[in-house]
Amino acid sequence: MSELQRERNGRDLGWLAEARLNALEWVGTNGFPSRKDEDWKYTALDGILAIPFEAAVPGPGPRVTAELINKAAVDLGGPRLVFVNGHFAAEFSRISTLPPGVVVTTLAAVLAASPDQLKPFLGHTPGEHHAFAAFNDVFAEDGAYIHLTNDTIVDEPIQLVFFSDTEGVPLLISPRSVIIADSGSRATIVETYAGIDNDVYCTNVVTEVVLAENAQIDHYAVQNEPITAFHLALLDIRQARASRFASRSVMLGSSVARHEVRVLLEGVEAVVSLDGIYLPQGEQVHDNTIFVDHVATNCTSHQLYKGVLDDRGHGIFNGQIMVRHGADGTDANQKNKNLLLSDRAQVDTRPRLEIYTDEVKCTHGAAVGQIHDEALLYLRTRGIPLEEARGLLVYAFVQEMVDRIELEPLRAWLAARVSARFGSGSRRAQL
Amino acid sequence: MLKIEELHASIDNKEILRGVNLDLKAGEVHAIMGPNGSGKSTLASVLIGREGYEISGSATYEGQDLLALSPEERAAAGVFLAFQHPVEIPGVGNMYFMRTALNSLRRQRGEEELDAVDFLTLAQERMKLVEMDQTFMSRAVNEGFSGGEKKRNEILQMAILEPKLAILDETDSGLDIDALRVVANGVNALRSEGRTMLVITHHQRLLDYIVPDFVHVMAAGQIVRSGDKDLAHELEANGYEGLTPRSAKVGATV
Repeated sequence: MSELQRERNGRDLGWLAEARLNALEWVGTNGFPSRKDEDWKYTALDGILAIPFEAAVPGPGPRVTAELINKAAVDLGGPRLVFVNGHFAAEFSRISTLPPGVVVTTLAAVLAASPDQLKPFLGHTPGEHHAFAAFNDVFAEDGAYIHLTNDTIVDEPIQLVFFSDTEGVPLLISPRSVIIADSGSRATIVETYAGIDNDVYCTNVVTEVVLAENAQIDHYAVQNEPITAFHLALLDIRQARASRFASRSVMLGSSVARHEVRVLLEGVEAVVSLDGIYLPQGEQVHDNTIFVDHVATNCTSHQLYKGVLDDRGHGIFNGQIMVRHGADGTDANQKNKNLLLSDRAQVDTRPRLEIYTDEVKCTHGAAVGQIHDEALLYLRTRGIPLEEARGLLVYAFVQEMVDRIELEPLRAWLAARVSARFGSGSRRAQL
Repeated sequence: MLKIEELHASIDNKEILRGVNLDLKAGEVHAIMGPNGSGKSTLASVLIGREGYEISGSATYEGQDLLALSPEERAAAGVFLAFQHPVEIPGVGNMYFMRTALNSLRRQRGEEELDAVDFLTLAQERMKLVEMDQTFMSRAVNEGFSGGEKKRNEILQMAILEPKLAILDETDSGLDIDALRVVANGVNALRSEGRTMLVITHHQRLLDYIVPDFVHVMAAGQIVRSGDKDLAHELEANGYEGLTPRSAKVGATV
């Protein structure tokens, strides 16, 4: 970057280099967040900041195979872009027949061919949120680029798999994806993050989604990184009139993981629905930070996040709903429920509402509970052994979230994961 | 089938059962009556293995020490409790729950598990006993059930799990006369030579429908009188007044 800086003194480098430099300077000035920052209060970053990460470079990892990728991310049958260490890996990817009117390509390809298309994304004020988003601005070179033109409907889910293979070298992996849904278009997008056990790396990802009038995107984020990895994600959404966006987040892996969602409801009658489950165990930290900004009138937002916390696992729900002056007719609700399976597990839940107008309907609530002893006894008196009974009750708690996954293979995959984690009693109800 | 000798149980240093003795033989129906707080429900809790009690004395079930078994082992051995207050379990389907329970019992007994279709056939047949329709089965266990529906659901579980020793704890409480009749009919249909029942009730009314072979009166943690079904009518006429435990000292602390 010092080279960049030198050149900058002499001539115009173009908007992208300017933006990257500005982002780097922003980090230099503002530093990394600490627990003194409201939005980072509960999540210790010491572990991440202590590691001298190196930026990932393109090229196949030494151990990655199609089999490993398929195991980590259930194949949904449709178009599938695979990124290894944040860079597109054509050999593992598949662009099957897509309807006309949809572009599915990579950020690197767009940067090479027509970089100005990305100016509204990579060129925006860097560090607007925090240092990690700014770092992504600095390092992002590849990711998915999806553009749905007017009224294009893609039935098959578009799958984005971010697989890491970083043996021996702690890499900073900085994918950046851009999803543009023009008026009346519709698609389902599934992001999966995974890697190889024992690898130490940090995924620092930004995904931006822009929905025009009446566009509809169903989005899934499945975080299943190895427990030696770190994962920091920012999902940034902008919604125009009557658009609909739904995102379901599943947090299973990572040592420290943060899934941040920011939604700007700037068109009237837009609807957003955010769900999440997080299942920290061992010493895992799973942080959900959500900011829903109601700017336009008559918009609706729903949030439902459920956590099951075991061992010394630590869960965080830090959700804020902002209802701006004039956003009359807002209907916003926010719910967070947690089940503690261990005395040493911890949860910090902080649902927040800030309302600057009168004509609104807003609710929020949080609950933290334990396995209900009476229910456990009831099941045992019917002959269901203790561990199986516990599993059944845990599964009952998260089943609602599993059921909300509309993609059957993904739902089955998650159901199997949850069952494996919480014992044989947590088989999915068949009847 | 079940022999209880000098059974004592305390919770939080408060003695609730103060030496209960009972001998239940196969196929018999025993009723335990008594005023509130006499220890009837505690006896049921101790017999099915609820935690938190300090226990002494013995309960021998088919030759084995019942008190040494976990609740699920007791269930596998054929002990069942129809709860006074069945718990609601959101998220667990009633049908799935009962099939899991039956298959857990069968597995512990080394029997083959029933698949969904075979179980459905069995459940539909048993549902007739308590006049339940299939909508109950697709709901979560007891969730949003009325008092009567919960009690019918208990008897349905009994019909499906086919215990050897069924303990019915205040199964009549909160039931109107029609619901009581349905529940009692279900219980009566399940009476058999090999099945012993222990019917705990505060009111004689239930015993008009489920006619017991023996009636015991419990007061202050002990069985203070035993007799045949006429004892229930006597109690109905005279109340529990005058029935005192063997030890006056014990009675005085109640």
